[in-house]
Amino acid sequence: MKNIQIIGLAIFVLGLAIFSIIPFLGSYQLEKEMVADTVKEEHQEILLDILQPMYGKTYFSNFAFVSDYRNYFDQFNGELKEKEAWDEVIWDDYAFALTKASTKSEVKNQPFLFLGISIFASVIGALLYIFPLYRHQPEGIKNDGIYHSSMKSRGVLGIITGTYLILFYIILYWFPEYMTNLVWMVDPISMGLSGNPATQWFLYGLMYTLAILVMGIRMFRKYRGNKYQTLRTASVMFFQISFAFLIPEIMVLLNKPWHDFKNIWPLDYSFFYDYRMEGMLSSGAIGMFMLVWGIILIVIGVPLLTYFYGKRWYCSWVCGCGGLAETLGDPYRQLSDKSLKAWQVERYMVHGVLVLAVVMTAVTIANYFSGFGLLGNATNQLHSFYGFAIGSAFAGVIGTGFYPLMGNRVWCRFGCPLAAYLGIVQRFKSRFRITTNGGQCISCGNCSTYCEMGIDVRWYAQRGQNIVRASCVGCGVCAAVCPRGVLKLENGPEKGRVNDLPIIIGNDSITVKN
Amino acid sequence: MHSNSQDFCNRNPNRRIVIIGNGIAGVTCARQIRKMDNSARITIISGETKHFFSRTALMYIYMGHMKYEHTKPYEDFFWEKNRLELKQTWVKKVDFEAKNVIFEDDEPLNYDILVLATGSKNNKYGWPGQELAGVQGLYSKQDLDLMETQTKGIKKAVIVGGGLIGIEMAEMLRSRNVEVTFLVRENSFWDHVLPPEESDMINRHIREHHIDLRLNTELKEILDDGQGRAKAVLTNHGETIPCEFVGLTIGVSPNIDFLIDSTLATKKGILADLYFKTNIPNVFAIGDCVEFHKAPASDRKNIEQVWYTGRMHGETLAHNLCNEPVKYQPGVWFNSAKFFDIEYQTYGWVPPLWDSDFNSFYWEHPEGKIGFRMLFESQSKIIKGVNAFGLRLSHAFFDQVIKERWNADKVIQHLGKANFNAEFYEKVHKDISKRYDLEMGTNVSNPKRNFLKRIMNK
Repeated sequence: MKNIQIIGLAIFVLGLAIFSIIPFLGSYQLEKEMVADTVKEEHQEILLDILQPMYGKTYFSNFAFVSDYRNYFDQFNGELKEKEAWDEVIWDDYAFALTKASTKSEVKNQPFLFLGISIFASVIGALLYIFPLYRHQPEGIKNDGIYHSSMKSRGVLGIITGTYLILFYIILYWFPEYMTNLVWMVDPISMGLSGNPATQWFLYGLMYTLAILVMGIRMFRKYRGNKYQTLRTASVMFFQISFAFLIPEIMVLLNKPWHDFKNIWPLDYSFFYDYRMEGMLSSGAIGMFMLVWGIILIVIGVPLLTYFYGKRWYCSWVCGCGGLAETLGDPYRQLSDKSLKAWQVERYMVHGVLVLAVVMTAVTIANYFSGFGLLGNATNQLHSFYGFAIGSAFAGVIGTGFYPLMGNRVWCRFGCPLAAYLGIVQRFKSRFRITTNGGQCISCGNCSTYCEMGIDVRWYAQRGQNIVRASCVGCGVCAAVCPRGVLKLENGPEKGRVNDLPIIIGNDSITVKN
Repeated sequence: MHSNSQDFCNRNPNRRIVIIGNGIAGVTCARQIRKMDNSARITIISGETKHFFSRTALMYIYMGHMKYEHTKPYEDFFWEKNRLELKQTWVKKVDFEAKNVIFEDDEPLNYDILVLATGSKNNKYGWPGQELAGVQGLYSKQDLDLMETQTKGIKKAVIVGGGLIGIEMAEMLRSRNVEVTFLVRENSFWDHVLPPEESDMINRHIREHHIDLRLNTELKEILDDGQGRAKAVLTNHGETIPCEFVGLTIGVSPNIDFLIDSTLATKKGILADLYFKTNIPNVFAIGDCVEFHKAPASDRKNIEQVWYTGRMHGETLAHNLCNEPVKYQPGVWFNSAKFFDIEYQTYGWVPPLWDSDFNSFYWEHPEGKIGFRMLFESQSKIIKGVNAFGLRLSHAFFDQVIKERWNADKVIQHLGKANFNAEFYEKVHKDISKRYDLEMGTNVSNPKRNFLKRIMNK
């Protein structure tokens, strides 16, 4: 490793350490006005009253602050629940908003300084490490040492990284009140972009985008000379920064609902939720466009583009989850399980989630048109279950937290309902396939090893069979790592696409059907 | 010859077929027999590993691209599911009289049909010092494990022998930042297979990877450090090159030592006809270890030591053991390799040198890492074969055009269809055809004009 890379790595780790310490800095002091500013009108009177003992009191940690807040809040709600006075119970969670308002810290006072020494330092450190990679080496993919690396082969470093990511996601989804300092840190950026204060989701969006950009640059280094990989990576970087990050913020700036125009139901599972529908329907022409565009993508965009190009047009060229998997997750792609067992589990799970998403959406729409009557309760239950189990736990905690443990496409492979939908089209009605090159396969196993979706590519290649699989996201890495030029991603005529009884050419003695 | 298929081999139901060797030849044979014969009892014996793995992938284990598990083409449940019994032990000898396989440490195993697919072993030429610690070849899983220990923490290595395993070993060692000196006896790398331009491209690429390539250099002696370990090599130029490891990669030969003192007819390999039949009834040989009495085709050798031929031997013998026997008849030759970052594919017949009966067309990309050669008959312009470097070509396309004896002009005209490169790659077939026109005075790069001209000429 070159000196500059060592320095880069040190800066990266230091930035990450500072990022991890920031939530613990400063103190917390709640004032009456903050409650008045933050809380919905209907809850103001009650909360102003029950939080009275906290006013003006300085807490030296967010743990103490949140704990006290929870005490008062839960005491109030608890009594009502005991009395079964469900209508009076406050279901809204104000912990994050009130903790954020109460935060008093240097981070809040000097956000750019802390942003600089944490997130931006990490970005710079990572780039210092990445730019010299493979310098003075001829073009070509170098997977040297991956299975000797603790980070990339489920060693101690990999497990630590996975644990850190899992913890981060748990805090982000369920305990954001402990990361208010971090949110303050990016507040000025959010104000600048959309004119609104930052939430934990803005912080997450910013970090997500930076991760894709920085690790996208790593992809350019690693797959230097491979045009398919370079273009694909540039594409996910573009879609992340524009469609997923900037355009939604601009929508908000224009007083329109936050909207990611490339996100498609059922991955965008809340698309038909009543608040989203209201948001779109009440936002004039742009809102109407959001709704119509969203529906066009579902009913025409997905089948048509998948017919012509396979699901790769979305999964490895456009999608945000795919974008993170293909950049941040690339060093872990080899960790996916290739066993037949895993494939069986995958098919039940991913199609199970699709069925769940469809049922939930059907109930939601029925509820919408039946005027929120009978189905109201069922809809709410389904929404909260899906949001918790699929939207947060699966897509986030497991989806990304498990990169270093189960590979970078755990969510896409086992959980993403849109991937399931795209996959059904790809399997049964598409021009896309991975073609194998006659008898050239030597069964070495590079293709299977580096398939992030856990497809046993070799099983097909060594019998001369085209690879037509629902799960293939068309990342093209199998073809890129093949040492004998056996695999080629192609869009071609449907005729001959599925060859169940392939013949390996080269032996004129007999015709062996495999 | 084998008009009566009953004479060919034992065809009783429940016959016991024992295969020695679990490489590509033996395993392909076993799999294919099972597809055609549901009742035979099939046992595969290997001392090397329990399960079949891809020998060609050994280098990737060393380089950390894969673990050993990843090199197994079939999951472990596959064997039991297909009732292919596996036995991991070394064979001591075969008692052909009693039809018994004798092991080092187990009861003899009786067979009705014996398939010998024992592969190769590393060549050694009797150099002084070749038995020292730190000196080895690379063929088996055991060799790989040995190499792992012998190269731990070393700084300098010497590789002797400019062939495919030599360059692989160089790549392996370079991946761990070991300084490599590569001694090649010939004028140029692999020049008994590659024509000069191709060979030179690989010479340049080897040097680009910071390997000290010494052409025209032979090993004289490996020097002892006094404790039984190699400390340097002495070349035929009188130079001493210090090193901690010496890779001897001067080719392989059939692994038949345990069969030599028997009634089985052998020469370099196990002698067999083109049905893989040896001199002993119900004993067959396939893969690297077989030596045909007569080469299977004019452009083929009597011993074929390639992955693909091993597979074809296995397929063909399986057919013969289950059906009316057919002669082994390989089709158009093909092969491939990867030299560091440059992929190589060949189809048909492209020798390193040719006489005036043949004409050659060679094109190389200005950056010197993509090359294409086509050899054809001078008079008739019928294509004989192609070499491709840094360029993926379709096997099906060239299998067809060589079989159908296409005219070279027509091949170049349709070269776009042979492209097997990934999408968005630079399309070199246009440059190739332009160059071809320039050299041959043809007009194949612009078929439209060609077509118009033809109409006008009519």
